[in-house]
Amino acid sequence: MARLLEVENLAVSFGGVAALQGVSFGLDEGELLGLIGPNGAGKTTALRVITGSVTPNAGQVRLAGHPLDGLAVHQRVRAGLGLSQQLVRPFRAMTVLENVTLAAGRAKTAAPLRALVNHDRSEERRRALKLLELVRISDSADAKPGELPLGILKRLEMARALALEPRVLLLDEPLAGLNHVEARELADTITELNLGGLSIVLIEHNLTEVMRICSRLVVLDNGWVLGDGAPARVMADAEVRAAYLGETGAGTLGKVLGHA
Amino acid sequence: MEYEVTLITTMAIGIIAALSLNLITGFCGQISLGHAAFYGIGAYCAAMMTTNGLPFALALPAGALLAGVVGIFVGLASLRVRHDFLAITTMGVGFLFLGIVRQQDALGGELGIYGIPGSGLGREGFMLLALGLAVAVAAFSLYVKRSWMGYAFDAVADDEDTARQLGIDVPRYKLTAFAFGTALAGLAGGLYAHHVRYIGPDSFGFTESVAMLAMVVVGGIGSVPGVILAAAVMTLLPQWLQVVADYKLLLYGGLLFAVMRFSPGGLAGLFSLWRREPAPSKPAFSGGSD
Repeated sequence: MARLLEVENLAVSFGGVAALQGVSFGLDEGELLGLIGPNGAGKTTALRVITGSVTPNAGQVRLAGHPLDGLAVHQRVRAGLGLSQQLVRPFRAMTVLENVTLAAGRAKTAAPLRALVNHDRSEERRRALKLLELVRISDSADAKPGELPLGILKRLEMARALALEPRVLLLDEPLAGLNHVEARELADTITELNLGGLSIVLIEHNLTEVMRICSRLVVLDNGWVLGDGAPARVMADAEVRAAYLGETGAGTLGKVLGHA
Repeated sequence: MEYEVTLITTMAIGIIAALSLNLITGFCGQISLGHAAFYGIGAYCAAMMTTNGLPFALALPAGALLAGVVGIFVGLASLRVRHDFLAITTMGVGFLFLGIVRQQDALGGELGIYGIPGSGLGREGFMLLALGLAVAVAAFSLYVKRSWMGYAFDAVADDEDTARQLGIDVPRYKLTAFAFGTALAGLAGGLYAHHVRYIGPDSFGFTESVAMLAMVVVGGIGSVPGVILAAAVMTLLPQWLQVVADYKLLLYGGLLFAVMRFSPGGLAGLFSLWRREPAPSKPAFSGGSD
């Protein structure tokens, strides 16, 4: 199987504090990879390096073999990355449907002058509506984000990333802030997307869901890769356990591993 | 009749100027406190050309073009700054323009340029030209608003980091807004120079920049009909009432404050409130509040 996304020897430091130190991992075509680790492990930093909003001190990110060095955020998105952010950031003045329609029209917004001569939004709106149905929030299509609960906004964030038709979907804590039922539903949606052939990197603290849906795990701790492999095997590792025990306590981890 | 012709011409020029700033501030969310500089560049360029014997039909588009080119350069320099810093940067550009013009004897220095030739269209003809251009600029604004470019502008105005994550080339869209907006300000400036037939540095000072911003804000940031209405009223009032002309800065400043405090959606916002609809959008340059 071909490596779709490769992260090689990433090093990032903020004001002398190392956030990532020689981090390498890869994502295969069609894989659902869980990127986990305690708070401050460097997960979100790694994601921000991949999307281009943080420039690494060293290392490289490659998408389908092509280095992404020097490309701006929007160029990486056009190359095939789709990001759903940890903190939801919908366009507040637009409706849910308009938020997703804009993303679906990325061919028309590629250059300002091309955008100027295009008016028709019907095709993009139709595709956006389908995605809202897929993430089960089509009832809220005409609502403004300000009126909606977090659970729906999290799904909006994901629908918008999907509308970009990404080759790799990057999800930063999509389940955070959701209740048990909502989290399980959204995790099921992520699994469905993956079964449909989409390659996904999932950053998530909800270990129950991570262990349930991910096909492989990469564990970060203090900017290092602590483990990489099948979920059950990685979580059985003594070092990984130690990192998590310090963080969440033996009880939680024991329960999660019991599930797996 | 001659008085009415003058009034209508002034109003049409005011509308073009306000709509030009609306493209940058209203549509794309980029505040500018130095827009009068581009109005001035268009005016000086066109006036210099016609006083040197070149035809008005060439001078008017040349003024717009020069203002647009300078606008792109200023836009390039401003890409890294946002919100309050952009306000200060553009204000600096306004003062820079004045400083340069005041020192150039070729541009008439403090005294300005006298005896600018007429357009050759006669007063009524010139009024019709100004009105026609105002209608064209309004139509263009509405066209942009409905296009995918207007859609992307909405995203940039709302949250530019998120816009980038949807694949939108934010710097290029901002530059496009700057180019269109400053070129149209230059067009308004060229008309102004050949309407009043005299220009000096004082015609394009900070007060003018604030007046234009006040028209956009009072009309309702981004609303084409609102901005047209506000521009029409606010250019006519100082002509009608000497009191308004004397206290222009005070009045416009007060209006800006009152609108931001009581109806951030401007006239357009009040209108939608009256129709019990949500305001068209939040103020695009709310700065630190988001």
